[in-house]
Amino acid sequence: MSAKIGRGEIHWLVVIAITLICIALQDQWGWLSKYPQAWTVPFSDWLNIIINWMIKHLGWFFLGFSWLLEWPIKAVRWVLQSLPWGVTAFVFCVIAYVASGWRLALFTLCSLLYMVVIGYWDESMNTLSLVAISVPLAILTGFIFGVWGFHSNRAERVIMPMLDILQTVPVFAYLLPILLLFGFGTVVGLVASVLYSFPPMVRNTIVGLRSVPAEVIESGLMSGASKSQLFWQVRVPNAMRQLLLGVNQATMASLSMVIIASIIGGTEDIGWEVLSTIRKAQFGESLLAGMVIALMAMVIDRITYGLATRTDDYQNTAADTASNTTTRTLHRYRYWCIAAAGAVVFFVLAQIFDILQDWPRHLEWSPAKTMNDGLTYLVANFRGEIDSIKKFAFFFIMLPAKIGLQQAVSPFTWGFELTQTHRVAYVIAMIAIALLCMKRWNYKAAIATLLFAIFFYIGLTNMPWPAVILIYAVIAWKIGGPALGIGTLTGLAFIASSGNWPEAMLSIYLCGIAVIISFVLGTAIGIWASYNDTVSAFVRPINDTLQTMPLFVILIPFVMIFKIGDFTALLAIIAYAFVPAIRYAEHGLRHLPEDTLEAATMIGATKRQLLWQVKIPLAMPVMMLGLNQTIMYGIAMLVITALVGTKGLEQSVYIGLSDGNFGVGMVAGICMAIIAIIVDRCTQAWSRKRQAELGLNPI
Amino acid sequence: MSSEGLNNGAVKLSCRNIWKVYGDKAEQFFKDSQDQSNNPKARADSIRTAGHIVANADVSFDVHVGEIFVIMGLSGSGKSTIVRCLSRLVEPTSGEVLLDGENLLQKNDAELIDVRRHQMGMVFQSFGLMPHLNVIDNIAFPLKLQGIAEEQRYAQASRVIELVGLQGRESNFPKELSGGQQQRVGIARSLAVEPDVWLLDEPFSALDPLIRKQMQDEFLRIRSVLHKSIVFITHDFHEALRIADRMAIMRDGEVVQIGRPVDLILNPVDDYVRDFTTDVPWENVLSAADIVEQANGPTENKRRVSGDTPISELLTYLANHHDGLLVEDAHGTVLGMATARGVLTALASGCSNQISEN
Ligand SMILES: Nc1ncnc2c1ncn2[C@@H]1O[C@H](COP(=O)(O)OP(=O)(O)OP(=O)(O)O)[C@@H](O)[C@H]1O
Ligand SMILES: [Mg+2]
Repeated sequence: MSAKIGRGEIHWLVVIAITLICIALQDQWGWLSKYPQAWTVPFSDWLNIIINWMIKHLGWFFLGFSWLLEWPIKAVRWVLQSLPWGVTAFVFCVIAYVASGWRLALFTLCSLLYMVVIGYWDESMNTLSLVAISVPLAILTGFIFGVWGFHSNRAERVIMPMLDILQTVPVFAYLLPILLLFGFGTVVGLVASVLYSFPPMVRNTIVGLRSVPAEVIESGLMSGASKSQLFWQVRVPNAMRQLLLGVNQATMASLSMVIIASIIGGTEDIGWEVLSTIRKAQFGESLLAGMVIALMAMVIDRITYGLATRTDDYQNTAADTASNTTTRTLHRYRYWCIAAAGAVVFFVLAQIFDILQDWPRHLEWSPAKTMNDGLTYLVANFRGEIDSIKKFAFFFIMLPAKIGLQQAVSPFTWGFELTQTHRVAYVIAMIAIALLCMKRWNYKAAIATLLFAIFFYIGLTNMPWPAVILIYAVIAWKIGGPALGIGTLTGLAFIASSGNWPEAMLSIYLCGIAVIISFVLGTAIGIWASYNDTVSAFVRPINDTLQTMPLFVILIPFVMIFKIGDFTALLAIIAYAFVPAIRYAEHGLRHLPEDTLEAATMIGATKRQLLWQVKIPLAMPVMMLGLNQTIMYGIAMLVITALVGTKGLEQSVYIGLSDGNFGVGMVAGICMAIIAIIVDRCTQAWSRKRQAELGLNPI
Repeated sequence: MSSEGLNNGAVKLSCRNIWKVYGDKAEQFFKDSQDQSNNPKARADSIRTAGHIVANADVSFDVHVGEIFVIMGLSGSGKSTIVRCLSRLVEPTSGEVLLDGENLLQKNDAELIDVRRHQMGMVFQSFGLMPHLNVIDNIAFPLKLQGIAEEQRYAQASRVIELVGLQGRESNFPKELSGGQQQRVGIARSLAVEPDVWLLDEPFSALDPLIRKQMQDEFLRIRSVLHKSIVFITHDFHEALRIADRMAIMRDGEVVQIGRPVDLILNPVDDYVRDFTTDVPWENVLSAADIVEQANGPTENKRRVSGDTPISELLTYLANHHDGLLVEDAHGTVLGMATARGVLTALASGCSNQISEN
C-alpha cells in the first residue's frame, strides 16, 4: 500500500472524525442521540387526513366496487364447496399430469388427500377460490400495465417505481387502507392480493415483449401483419414463455398475500386457521394447517411453472401427424376429454359413495394432539439447552449489536464489568486490526474495520442519528455515485423526520444480523454444493420448498420451540433468507469462464488458492446479487416477524394495522420500503460495477 | 463499365439516392435541397462528425425484372439496412424507393401492408420463424394474416412445401428442424404469397459450408422455376459469383461499384473491391469472351472456341500456341482473339502492387 493518502481516504477519515465527534458530544447535546420530538413532521396525520377525505367522498365508489367483486368470489366458492372433493382432486391431478407428468400428479394427489384427511378441505377450497379470482385479475392488470409500459417509455418510467413501492412496502401497511376503503370481508384479501401480485406480471410482460427477436418481428411485418396482428400473432406468442413465468410468480405472490390477508378478514380459510391456532398456542394444529398452505403453494407453483416451461410445447406427438382430422382434434383435446369424463365419473361415484362427497368426520385423522404433547415434552426436557442457546446468542451477538459493548458487557451477561483498561485494549486492538487490514488489503478494509469497531462499541441504536445518516449516504455515494448518495440521504432524512428513527435502527439491527449470518452460512453451503453434486442435489429440493413456503409457516416451528421474541424472529429470518445466498453462490461458482480456471490450474494454483483467489473474486458479482436477494428476503420475513413481538418498524406497521391508524402504519411501511430500496440499489450498483471491472457479461 | 450487360428487361425495383442516418433528428441534414448535389462522401463525413451513424449514404441501383441482384460488403457496411429500406422495415431518411415506378415511401400503412402481402417476400439470416407454429402453419402464416380460409391456405402452402422439398415435415415445429430445413421454411414462407420481388438478407450465412452449397443449388433451382426479381445479400464472394447476374459492392454505407461479377474482377475500381476478388478462382470465372482482343493477322485455320468456355480449359493450348485462338459467340460470329497475353492482362487487373515498367 502506498503511503500517499488519496481523496477516498480523506473522505472516510472526515466521516469517522465527524462520527467520533458526534459520539463525544451526544451527552451534552441530547438531540444528537435522540431525534427531538419537536422536529418530527406529522406525515402520518397528513396521511390520515387524506384517507379520511377519501372515505368520506369516494367511499361509495369503493364499497360499490367491493360489492361487485363479492359476487364472483361467492360463485367460485360455491362451486368449489359443492363439488365432491373427488371431482376436484381428479381434475387437479390431470392438470398436474399435463403440466409436468406423473410425479407431479402423484404429489398433487397426496397433497390433496392430506387436506382431506386432516380435515381442512373446506378451508383450503375457500383459500383457493380467493386465489382463483385474484390471479386472473392480477394477470389481466399486470398484462395491461406491461403492454402500456412496453409501448411507452414514459409510462415505463412511471410504472417501474410504483412497482418497487408496491413490492417493498410491507403488506400489513396497505391492508389497512384497503380495509378502510373496501370494508370488511373477503374483498380486502382479494384487492390486497391483486395489488401485491400484479407487479411481477408487469415486469415479465415488459421483458417478454421486449425480448422477441428483431428478425421475428420483421418477418411478421414482411408477412403483412397489421399492427394488431403483429401484437397478438407475433409478439404475444413469442413472449408466451416469459408471460407464463409471470403468471407463475403472480400466482405465488397472490397465494402468499391471500394467506397474510386473513389477518384482517376472519373468513374460514387456511390463513385464518393458521393464525388463530398460533394465537391460541395450538402449535400442532397450526403446523398442520401451515402444511396445507405449503403443499398448496408447492402444487400451484409446480403446476404453473410446469405449464410455463413445458418441454413438449411446440413439439410433435405421434398422433399429431395423423392425417385424419377427427383423430387429430380428439388428440389435441384429449386431456380436456379425460378431465371432463373423469369429473363426471367421480361425480356419479360421489352420489353413490358418500366418502367421495364429504370425507366423514370420524375418518379424519389429526396428529395435532400428539405433536403438541411431543413439543411439550421436548421443551420441558430440553429447557436448559434451549435457554442457553438463546442466552448465548442474545448476550454475545444480539445485545452488543443493539446497544453496544459499552452497555452489553456486564457481570450479569459477560461475567465482568467493562473497565478503562478493557476500553483502551479494545481501541488499541481495533486500530491494530485496521492497520493490518490496510497492509494486507486496502484502505477500504481498514475503514470498514474502524466503522465496525465504533458500531459494535456504541451499539446501532445508540449511534447518533446524524452520524449514521452520514455514513450510509457516503457509502451509497461511493458505490453508486452522487444520485444514489443524495437519494439515500433524503430517504434516511425522511425516516428521521417522521419520528421512526429508533424503530428503523431496531429493524436494521435485527435484519442486519440475520442477513449476515444467512449470507455467510448460505455462501458456505453454496460453495460446498458447487464442489459436490450430492450436496447440490440434496440442498435443491429443500431450497425449493423453503422458497415456496408461505412466510407464516416458516415462523411456526421456531415459535413452538423458542417462544416469541427477537431470537425467534432472527431464526425465522435466517431460515428464509439463506436460500438465495446458497443459490447464487452455487450458480456463480459453477458458471465461471472455463479458460480462466484452466489457466490458473496450469500456473499451479492449489485447490484452496483456486477457490479464494480465482473463483470467489470472479463469482463475487453474482454472489453480491445473492446478497441483494438475501436482504430482500430478510426484509420480507422481518415484516412478518412483527407477529412474534419484535420492536422495529415492522411492529409499528403492525400496530398501525391493529389500531386502525392508517397514517402510522403507512409511514412506518414507507420507511421500510425506503430502507429496502436503498439497500437494493446499493448492492445492485456494486454488483454491476464489479462485473464491469471484471469484464464479465451481465447476468 | 458495362453494368447493363445481361439485362435489358424493365426495371422492377429501383432505389434512388437512399440515405439512412441513425441518431436524433437525422432529418435536419436533408432539409435544404440545394445541398443535394454535394459530394455524398463529404456529406456523409460531415454527418458522421456530427455524431450520427450513417448506415446508407446515397445508395442508388436498379433491379430488373427476373434479375438476381447481389449486394456485398463487409460487416457493418449497410447491406441489411439498404434491403430493409427497400421493404420499408427501416424508414429511409431521404431518397426514393420505386416499385414498378411507384414510390414506396409515399404509401400509407394499409398500402404498405398490401404491398408486403402480395408483392414482396423476404428471407432472414436467422430465419425469423414463429416458434409456436409448425412448418405448415409457419408457411401459411402470411396467408392467415390475409384472412384466407384454412383449407385454401394449406393447399397453397403445400405447393411451396413441395418446392423447397419439405414434404413430410409439415407438422414439425421449427426447433425440431436442422438449420438448413429451417431456412427452407423461411424460404417457403416468403414464397407462399407468390411475390414478384424477393429479398434475401444473408439467407445462408448461418449454415455450415456443405449445407450452404446445397441450399445455393436449391435456390438456383427455385429461381429457375419461378423467375422473380431478387435482391440477395451476402458477404461471401463465391456465393455471389455462383448466383449473381449483377452485383453491388458496399463500403461504409456507400455503393463502391456496380456491375457483373466479371466486371468487378477485371475492372475493380479500387483496392477494396480488388480485395474481395483476390482469392477468386479467376480461371473458372472468366470465360474466353472476357479476354478477347482485336483480332490482328490472319484468322483462317485457327482453332475456334465458344465465348463461354472457361479460361481454365484454354491454358495449356495458349501456353503452346503464342498466336492464340479465335473466340466466337453462339452464332459463330468471331468476337476476337484470345491470347496468353490477354489472360495475363486480365489476371493483372485483379492484382494490385505490380512493379512498374522500368
Ligand atoms: N437501429 C440502429 N441504430 C443505430 N445504428 C444502427 C442500427 N442498425 C444498424 N446500425 C448501424 O448501421 C450500420 C450498418 O448496419 P447493417 O446492419 O446494415 O450492416 P450489414 O452490412 O448488414 O452488416 P452485417 O454483415 O454484420 O449484417 C452499422 O454501423 C450499424 O452499427
Ligand atoms: Mg446484416
